Amino acid sequence: MIQLFARDIRLAVRSGGGFGLALIFFLIVVVLIPLGLSSDQSALALVAPGVLWLGALLACLLSLDRIFGLDYEDGSLDLLATSPLPLEAVYIAKAAAHWLTTGLPLALAAPVLGVLLNLSFDAGKVMCFSLLLGTPALSLIGAFGATLTLGVKRGGLLLSLLVLPLYVPTLIFGARAVHSASLGQPFDVPLIMVLAISLGAVAILPFASGAALRINLR
Amino acid sequence: MLQVSNLSVARGGKILLHDVSFSVEPGQALVLRGANGIGKTSLLRCIAGLQTPTSGKILVPETVAYAAHANGLKGQLSVFENLKFWADIYGGPRPDVALNSYSLENFAYQPAANLSAGQQRRLGLARMLVTGCRLWVLDEPTVSLDVQNVALFYKVLKAHLQGGGAAVLATHIDFQLSAESLDLTSYIASLNMSSSAFEEALE
Repeated sequence: MIQLFARDIRLAVRSGGGFGLALIFFLIVVVLIPLGLSSDQSALALVAPGVLWLGALLACLLSLDRIFGLDYEDGSLDLLATSPLPLEAVYIAKAAAHWLTTGLPLALAAPVLGVLLNLSFDAGKVMCFSLLLGTPALSLIGAFGATLTLGVKRGGLLLSLLVLPLYVPTLIFGARAVHSASLGQPFDVPLIMVLAISLGAVAILPFASGAALRINLR
Repeated sequence: MLQVSNLSVARGGKILLHDVSFSVEPGQALVLRGANGIGKTSLLRCIAGLQTPTSGKILVPETVAYAAHANGLKGQLSVFENLKFWADIYGGPRPDVALNSYSLENFAYQPAANLSAGQQRRLGLARMLVTGCRLWVLDEPTVSLDVQNVALFYKVLKAHLQGGGAAVLATHIDFQLSAESLDLTSYIASLNMSSSAFEEALE
């Protein structure tokens, strides 16, 4: 399992692996939105939590179909399925690798890019923390969606349609926490909800994804 | 080592093979023969555990090494890294022996994407050696190999069999080792049979 995780990270950082794609997309979104909105600084601070969370979510969505799609195309997913590794472990390793190469960089970049949106330093810290808690859910739910749309040619659109509604709770609570923090209100409850979604995803989705993989590989 | 009894195999909801039974003992290789589309690949996928048979039983060792039409290689990884990954997943031996036996040692640190089709196939077959599995399930193993490399493949397979391993293969070319072959033509789930079963069900 660790070997698969390590391989996926190695593939992601080598040429054509798509590492940094999400980060650059995130950067573009966050840089362009103030240009499109008014130059009113207080208005920017108001939308900053939502913009950052939405940007992170869409950036995460970009690379979802690669999680299983590439391995499915070159036949290595078939070979992994016949290996001693259970498909649930394959899912966890791949979702974890996706998080490390997508979710973690986004979470670390968010407070820095928050400056562009006039987000205060304290709210930026909460932003980073909420993304650290929430992006595992994004990777896990996304990888689950990827197992469902495995055999579908050009399944990217279907995958987005499937996954976006499942992302809504994470987005609401994540943005809520940062918004509360920027207003100086308590933000612990929404953060706990984000953590709960991630933990729930870790507990349930490996089994659902394992079943989906088994059906789709048949 | 492998026991298949009264197996029915379907692809896309249509039953292809019916009532297939055979067994393979250690040291034996079984060659599956039959025309294109007869269900060789589906049968092999059943043995590898990727597909569930419609009926019948398959007794296999816990892990089986399966080589499909696609080699499952990662072009960005080197030849050595590709093999090392599978060796780690299976807990098998180090890749050096596998590299030497398919004379890939000169390409060990090149990206797999740079290999030719035949070299990639050899790498795909070398993967079987690093799995450490005793039962090999090979689907058209000699595709895109030249005569010399087919001979190389036979040499490796022979060593595997002599070491107590077993193999099931689907191939169209003449098999040069002493091995049993099973012609699947006699197991075709014919239209007549299914329609008579249908009539029986109606009555």
